[in-house]
Amino acid sequence: MTPISYYVILSVILFVLGIIGFFVKKDLITQFLSIEIMLNAANLAIIAFAKAAGSLDGQIIVFFVITVAAAEAAIGLAIILMIYRKKKTIKTEDIHLLKG
Amino acid sequence: MDLVLFTLLSVVCIGAVLGMILSKNQAYSALFVVLAFACTAGFFALLDAPFIAVVQIIIYAGAILVLFIFVIMMVDVDAGLSPEKKKGTLYLSVLLGAILLIELLIALKAVFTPLGTVGNTSSGSPTDLGHLLFTKYLYPFEITSILILAALVGAIVLVKKREKE
Repeated sequence: MTPISYYVILSVILFVLGIIGFFVKKDLITQFLSIEIMLNAANLAIIAFAKAAGSLDGQIIVFFVITVAAAEAAIGLAIILMIYRKKKTIKTEDIHLLKG
Repeated sequence: MDLVLFTLLSVVCIGAVLGMILSKNQAYSALFVVLAFACTAGFFALLDAPFIAVVQIIIYAGAILVLFIFVIMMVDVDAGLSPEKKKGTLYLSVLLGAILLIELLIALKAVFTPLGTVGNTSSGSPTDLGHLLFTKYLYPFEITSILILAALVGAIVLVKKREKE
């Protein structure tokens, strides 16, 4: 029988790896993938805690989170396409309009 | 048996995320993320959430990652200036990530013992989940459909080519 705390530790590790990926990578698409990894780590923690509490409501919350993530991915990728059309690049170092 | 599956899946999952970070090619990164999401679906199944596991495979690994791969196909990922080699940012972000990991583990240490093990009986069957979704959570469910519609229209309006330009 696996202790539920193992799942929580795993979700923390995945979340931190997502953050490191976000800061290490230099293009918008991989950074967006890192955000999805972080979202997944949070979902894993919610399911683990729901299992510990013995209730189904946590699974419903994760269901809604996945739905919102689908909407977020569509909008985010549309924005990335817009940026590519305007700037002809998706590297974050070339997108520095706000840098003085 | 549970513990063996958990260990196997977690090693593959963390390896896939590391592969995503280390790979230079964006398409390979997206495929590594598909692998990581499939492993997460395995964890959901181990935690008695079979419906969420299937939704994870269909929506995340199926729909969202296909969108990513389409966008990778449409944009020229190598265009633009070559990035400057700044090792400082790399080391700093890894260091800060490690500090955050330790902090989170210390913060969560108090909750670990009362959590118990997975063995307890509580069914997350699709029937129970659907019943809950259409009684207690009916309004959030309907509002989510409006959100999806708004996202659909928004994505089309954003990407549509303007006539004047």
